[in-house]
Amino acid sequence: MKELLSGNAAIARGAFEAGITVAAGYPGTPSTEILENFAKYPDIYAQWSPNEKVALEVGAGASIAGARVLVTMKHVGVNVAADPLFTLSYTGVNGGLILISADDPGMHSSQNEQDNRFYALMNKIPCLEPSDSQEAKDMVAQGLEISEQFDTPVMLRLTTRVSHSQSFVEIEEPGPKNIRPYTKDPLKYVMVPAYGRLRRIFLEERTAQLKAYSENCPLNFIEWGDRNVGVITSGISYHYIKEALPNASVLKLGFTHPLPENLIKEFAAGVERLVVVEELEPFLELQIKALGLTVHGKDLLPSYGELSASIIARSLAPLGGIAVAEEYLAQPEVIAASETPLPGRPPVMCAGCPHRGVFYTLQKNKLVVSGDIGCYTLGSMSPLNAMDTCICMGASIGAALGMEKANPDMARRTVAVIGDSTFLHSGVTGLIDVVYNGGTSTVLILDNRTTAMTGHQENPATGSTLMGKPAPEVDLEALVRAIGVKRVRTVDPLNLKELDQAVKEETAAMEPSVIVVRRPCALLKKAITSEPAEVNKEICINCGICLKLGCPAISRQEDKAPPHVTAIQCNGCGLCLQVCPKGALVKRGEENA
Amino acid sequence: MRKSLNILLVGVGGQGTILATRVLAKAAQEAGYDIKVSEIKGMAQRGGSVVTQVRLGEKVYSPLIAEGSADVILAFEKMEALRWLPYLKQDGHIIINDQAIAPVPVLTGAAVYPEDCLERVKQLACHTMVVDALNIAVDCGNPKAANVVLMGMLAKRLPITKETWLKALKARVPERFIDVNLKAFEQGFNL
Ligand code: SF4
Ligand code: SF4
Repeated sequence: MKELLSGNAAIARGAFEAGITVAAGYPGTPSTEILENFAKYPDIYAQWSPNEKVALEVGAGASIAGARVLVTMKHVGVNVAADPLFTLSYTGVNGGLILISADDPGMHSSQNEQDNRFYALMNKIPCLEPSDSQEAKDMVAQGLEISEQFDTPVMLRLTTRVSHSQSFVEIEEPGPKNIRPYTKDPLKYVMVPAYGRLRRIFLEERTAQLKAYSENCPLNFIEWGDRNVGVITSGISYHYIKEALPNASVLKLGFTHPLPENLIKEFAAGVERLVVVEELEPFLELQIKALGLTVHGKDLLPSYGELSASIIARSLAPLGGIAVAEEYLAQPEVIAASETPLPGRPPVMCAGCPHRGVFYTLQKNKLVVSGDIGCYTLGSMSPLNAMDTCICMGASIGAALGMEKANPDMARRTVAVIGDSTFLHSGVTGLIDVVYNGGTSTVLILDNRTTAMTGHQENPATGSTLMGKPAPEVDLEALVRAIGVKRVRTVDPLNLKELDQAVKEETAAMEPSVIVVRRPCALLKKAITSEPAEVNKEICINCGICLKLGCPAISRQEDKAPPHVTAIQCNGCGLCLQVCPKGALVKRGEENA
Repeated sequence: MRKSLNILLVGVGGQGTILATRVLAKAAQEAGYDIKVSEIKGMAQRGGSVVTQVRLGEKVYSPLIAEGSADVILAFEKMEALRWLPYLKQDGHIIINDQAIAPVPVLTGAAVYPEDCLERVKQLACHTMVVDALNIAVDCGNPKAANVVLMGMLAKRLPITKETWLKALKARVPERFIDVNLKAFEQGFNL
């Protein structure tokens, strides 16, 4: 039976069919739906970990104990998990282990662009790159075989277009779920220097064996066509090539580390000129050049952003001697829609979002805001404009400490802002640093009871798990007290007065302080909604202060007209009622109260 | 051989483009097409633009639609229709829901909503259809079925039989909403 599945759903299906019984990860676009889908299958175990490092460690343990394992994360998550990864390469596995790295060329939903195939090179582990959903599913099973045969973790590297594009997948029956026996083997699993040195040699032997395997691996294959130009490619680019250069000879690499050197040489010998087409870094190109072959690649194609059939067609056409599909080559007769750019449609905090009041308050107090990663990063956007930095998960707290150490004047006007899930991911250690090293930072933990930005996943503070089971909730106030923070208070972000007072007092205090700002995300079922607001046009003086909240429910219907609340969008959070200096904003039905 | 078809669905988060895409993909599957769908999902919040690219054919490789090559654009919001117009083929069809959703820069007064966007599209594209899908859906009993009204209009213009569409709709819409949605589809189909 064929089903139309996204790459992510196909990976989950592949994991189920191939007998994976343990899966762990941390949410991150474009990887999140893999575990969400996998968790729905019977007779398996899947979990969100507090961060990617822990997820991979759980995976390592499960593999050593004999299970087949899936560990999922986005590209930047692999940075967090890099520590266990580098040594997991030495210990190898018992049950097969697949690490998903979902890269995001074009930064659709990421703070940077990185080509994680280099992690495979540096770790000396195999890398597989699917180009559609069927391959994504098949590579899970193949990857597990490789993992077990060669005693290595295997990286399955996705990109946003593979993760989020849907194509047909053949659905098969699940195979058996075998747990391999565990045998104590300190030489393999205890990486002290003496044993590590032995495994170091094993890595070289394994790499040699993997190279030989890669030569005959069915994931690498040649499609002979026009011999004038031969294209070496991997991942989604393969499909762009099939459209842009339908007659070209193609060497399609599904197993991209270690490379099949002889196959590449054979292909090179069969064509006049070689071109490497790959998204992001010249990963294949550099290694192919190291073989002494002459190739084109990044001299013609961009090394940032996504590729497309059109980009490839137009970049390679100047080479000459290559049949390029007309439809992609010609700058199409585009209907020029607009001489002046249209207003953009950036994402915004939802109407009634509990974060809005926080950034309104921080901006009003003219504070330097050391930011972090989550929906609240939108506090950096107009009209709130209340964020100074955003670097990576958990960075807000350490960065705030650094600011005050560099410039003591900043101590009283700097706050760190971090979400519940991000705080537990990697903010806790930053806070320990603040207390330990005598910082005075004020940290606002925005606890909206969920991991909102990636689509509302559970986390250790939400009281439930990925598989829908109840779980103990981390007591954030008790946790930060235990670290040594003495000034800890909890406020409701919908109470602007209380919030403002808390922020003023805590930034003035010359010791570390934490304000837990607690209110469920407006999109959660448990979010409290009430009567929508409306503007009493008779009282409104049209000062526009309510518009500074940036609530999508409040707008001027016409230029210079007084603000208006769109009732179906408003969830009645009541913020605008608090900022209006004249009391013109009221709850529906309460005008006369 | 089947002609390949490129269909672009554009709108604003929360307008139901995802369900529409699922119905379209199901109908195309039933009709024996190869299909690729590309959906870029951003952050969880509402209000951002949503673009879905659907490609049908004998054999489809790339999931992406190039500029100037969409056979049909189904625009759930009218400024988005204007924004994505460069993707339409010279002789392509554009179906537009007559609804304006102001983005934040407009709400805060930093930008102005192009009130003339429908006129501009009509001037530039050769086959434009404008429909008040929201009102039709309200008449059918549920404003949320506006997406299915638009589906009905798209269905009429694709080489897939009506029976196949109805089957796909029944397969993809939850039981309790099926009556409203069948009505909405009919209305769109007959426009
Ligand atoms: S999803 Fe939740 S946390 Fe994110 S912007 Fe919307 S209300 Fe705020
Ligand atoms: S009460 Fe005011 S601020 Fe809150 S959602 Fe409604 S319009 Fe927006």
